[in-house]
Amino acid sequence: MGHAHGLSPEEQRKEDLKVGKVGFGILLLVTLGEVGVALIGNGHLIEGVSLPALFMIPTMIAMSLYKAYYIVSIFMHLGHEVGGMAYTIVMPMLLLVWGVIAFLWEGDHARHNRNFVKDARPAAEQPVEESSSDTGMLPDDELSKKLSFK
Amino acid sequence: MATDTVHEIEEETIEQLWDGGDSPFKSEYGKLMMWYFLLSDAFTFAGFLIAYGSLRFSMNAWPLPDFVFSTAPFGIENAPLIFVTFMTFVLIVSSVTVLRAVQEGKLENTGGVVKWMILTIVGGSIFLGSQAWEWTNLIAVEGVTIYKNPFSTSLDDGKYISLEEAAKLNPRLQKKSMMIDVHTDEGHSTEQLAYLYDKDKDQKYFEKFDHHFFHRTGDHATPEVKSNEFVKGDPYLIAYQNGNYFPGAYQITGTETVMAEEMGPTAFGALFFFITGFHGFHVFSGLIILLVIALNTWSGFYAPRKNGHVMVEKVGLYWHFVDLVWVFVFLVFYLL
Repeated sequence: MGHAHGLSPEEQRKEDLKVGKVGFGILLLVTLGEVGVALIGNGHLIEGVSLPALFMIPTMIAMSLYKAYYIVSIFMHLGHEVGGMAYTIVMPMLLLVWGVIAFLWEGDHARHNRNFVKDARPAAEQPVEESSSDTGMLPDDELSKKLSFK
Repeated sequence: MATDTVHEIEEETIEQLWDGGDSPFKSEYGKLMMWYFLLSDAFTFAGFLIAYGSLRFSMNAWPLPDFVFSTAPFGIENAPLIFVTFMTFVLIVSSVTVLRAVQEGKLENTGGVVKWMILTIVGGSIFLGSQAWEWTNLIAVEGVTIYKNPFSTSLDDGKYISLEEAAKLNPRLQKKSMMIDVHTDEGHSTEQLAYLYDKDKDQKYFEKFDHHFFHRTGDHATPEVKSNEFVKGDPYLIAYQNGNYFPGAYQITGTETVMAEEMGPTAFGALFFFITGFHGFHVFSGLIILLVIALNTWSGFYAPRKNGHVMVEKVGLYWHFVDLVWVFVFLVFYLL
């Protein structure tokens, strides 16, 4: 299994060590890059210098995705597996593209909705005086008389 | 059975195809199943992280990571992201050592496999220990739990004020006091701490101070009550001790309104402990599996099989996955 290119164990080990060292260097550099963007961007490293979020966020996401690609492809060896197998792993992941967009969208919408209600009726979120036992089993027309919003 | 070309497959009958022995993915069964387990696990983690994003987007205020995670062991403070960068570094190193173990396994070098796996176990243990410290600091010192979160960002422009100023601005507030424990270099003592109380809202107002007020050691022997201005979006941490929170009183700029710092979104603490805990549990179970496989390798269990220590390859996949998940936990919780 290890002698894919007809190398002797010593030659193979040399190749393996190279893969390990290069991988370590790349992952370390990209991680330091990410932390660097976060720290400089938020003004912690250089006095008076900060970066716009519009630059920071996509940069950090891109760097993380690159790390993920590198780990899966090189360290986990998926890049060298049969193409069909690699696709059975990677293709289902595309669902997450929809997942991220849809749920972040939904979260943002929830915030807008709540702020809209708060602006329209500032004290709406304060607890009402009635306890649930007062209103629990009432018919709808009775319920509307019982409930009051501060 | 040769099945390399379409032509040859066509010649075979259906029965022969179902007889087994073909391996279209050219992969061992257990390894393939490890991949599909990791795929499903990736969706679990993705679900958690998407929940974090969704809840964060639904809140007006959210703690700033580089303010929350700015503490490190040995009394280091105001060092944003330094400790978690160290943890990430440890995990990268352990990812490379397990890669080496897998590579040595393919060369059927039992001694090399055991050596690199032990180094991986050391790395994983350091990571878990670091996480234990991080949790302890957040829970015991800063007061973040799955129910309460004292970290948040301000929704107003304002200025922290003293209790006298607050009482002047809002005469309705009752003057009260409580006993608090103070730990100093000399030992433990109790002090009386004054505060204002709003009976209608059941809200306490304290002068703004940090948790060093309760733990006056070394450089922090003389705590100063903070009185400074802040703008919308600035992060804050409500002081905490022994289960009590001490929200600071502030005045909204340009008004006479006195406010107390509001607790941060509860979801932050719950999500943090569940997601990093779920990841930490993966690290922990990974350590157990590594240990078992290392012992098996050491006993020479896999050597006669001449299959390139494929069990080592499987645990290697799992360990790389733990590192892969950390890439995204790190991105979502600590960087963004």
